[in-house]
Amino acid sequence: MVDVTSSAPAAEEAPPRKASLPHLGKARDFALAMIVPGLLLLLWYVATTQRWTRLIPTPAETAEYMVDFAVGGIYDDAFSATLHIHLLASMSRVYGGFLLAAAVALPLGLLIGRIPLARKTLDPFFQLMRPIPVTAWLPLSMILFGLGAKSAFSLVFLGAFYPILLNTIFGVKNVDPKLFEAASMLGCRGNAQFFRVVLPAALPSIFTGLRLGLGLAWFVIVVGEMTGVPQGLGAVIMDGRTLSRTELVICGMIIIGIVGYLSDRIVMMIGNHLLRWSPTHHG
Amino acid sequence: MAETDSLSAPLPIIEIRNVSKTFWLGEQKIEALSGANLEIRKGEFICLIGASGCGKSTLLRIMAGFEQPTGGEALMWGKPITEPGPSRGMVFQDYALFPWLTVRNNIAFGPKSQGRSTGEVKEICDRFIEMVGLQKFANAYPHQLSGGMRQRVAIARVLANDAELVLMDEPFGALDAMTRERLQDELLEIWERTKLTVVFVTHAIEEAIFLADRVVVMSPGPGRIDSDNRLTLPRPRDVASPEFNEIRRDLSARLHSHHGKKAA
Repeated sequence: MVDVTSSAPAAEEAPPRKASLPHLGKARDFALAMIVPGLLLLLWYVATTQRWTRLIPTPAETAEYMVDFAVGGIYDDAFSATLHIHLLASMSRVYGGFLLAAAVALPLGLLIGRIPLARKTLDPFFQLMRPIPVTAWLPLSMILFGLGAKSAFSLVFLGAFYPILLNTIFGVKNVDPKLFEAASMLGCRGNAQFFRVVLPAALPSIFTGLRLGLGLAWFVIVVGEMTGVPQGLGAVIMDGRTLSRTELVICGMIIIGIVGYLSDRIVMMIGNHLLRWSPTHHG
Repeated sequence: MAETDSLSAPLPIIEIRNVSKTFWLGEQKIEALSGANLEIRKGEFICLIGASGCGKSTLLRIMAGFEQPTGGEALMWGKPITEPGPSRGMVFQDYALFPWLTVRNNIAFGPKSQGRSTGEVKEICDRFIEMVGLQKFANAYPHQLSGGMRQRVAIARVLANDAELVLMDEPFGALDAMTRERLQDELLEIWERTKLTVVFVTHAIEEAIFLADRVVVMSPGPGRIDSDNRLTLPRPRDVASPEFNEIRRDLSARLHSHHGKKAA
């Protein structure tokens, strides 16, 4: 075994290499990904220019409005150049609610996953509460927190809470028992195993939970901001509805889509880096 | 084994005294091991062979401290084995490497748990990475390695932890024939160089004869030790030699006599 370098590792033992020409592959992936959005845009364009409907603005009108919404100078109404205000308001609620949910759900999930007593006391309660949709909490949260930002914040918290909690519990409970045996025969026993085995082994699941949680946080923001807050992308969409300004509604939707996507990409990039050891965790 | 007792006064590294182990599978009581006796001297290479259900893995897991006997006692240097510990390293069939650690950090896991200094850990890792020939893959993750390379890491991980006794549970069972043969050679070389004590579970007779000083044949229903065969064939052993084949025939007959009995 001393001079294996001469005989081994042989070709059959070498890890597989990635295909060449990565740039070409990326360009092709991008082109493929653009087909469906492109067709949708085309359909929108045809439908509105052919006057199949008069209630929806054309893509060009929407784009023009988007510019006004972002930097102003075209219509100069109440919504001109207010995008950053609404975006910041929504982002602070989404990330605030999400971070709070993570701060509560992670320790709770680790506890429920690891300690049988905690599982028996808390798990039935959460299983019972989980099927209640976030929207059903809306009236109650308005009574508890009033009309405003706190209510939106609490709904985002609720939306992000369960995926993080459940995936953390799942990750902690499903650590390969062999890894505990391996750790203990190497001299790492008892509580020391928590940081050296349980946490890293559960990380892929925890990350899945965080990603789902953040996605849901963006998902419920519109509902959360229906509760009478003056600012936020959800509020813009609701105002657009009451004012029958469809272009405003569509602009709000597009921005939520793009920002939600970008925020998911960032979480995924962090995940791919932290979980580069995991063969099943590359998005 | 009476002849070994007379010539060596010191304690055996492992002593299995009338050990039995029963499990409950629902209502059904399963005797995995019944009245097993075995003494292992320091530096010996022992193979446990037998059909599935003969208790060979159970016996190994009792030596490791993963399981406690329901009857009798398992001793290491005269003291009961109550829990897993770094003096007894286990090499699992499915490697059980920590997937989030690189080759180097998998090997460093034990020494770090012992509270060794960073400098010592690095020195130990370098030594054992070189011993198993994985210098080029020191920073690779387990999923990037082949089965043979993973098992080398698992062996190095145990050796780096100063294990006196290496317990191997069908370690090469999942590997292709060529990789298996190479790892057998490498294992023997390490064993001869380091004077380790090895207990190696396998169901392959040829593997047992190639590796072991003593082949312990076990039989199922209930699991027990059937015979303890000391091999005096000189090393390196030639699997094609008549002597090798004679032993193979003999052990094969012993193993198969139990299959017949079980079927009857």
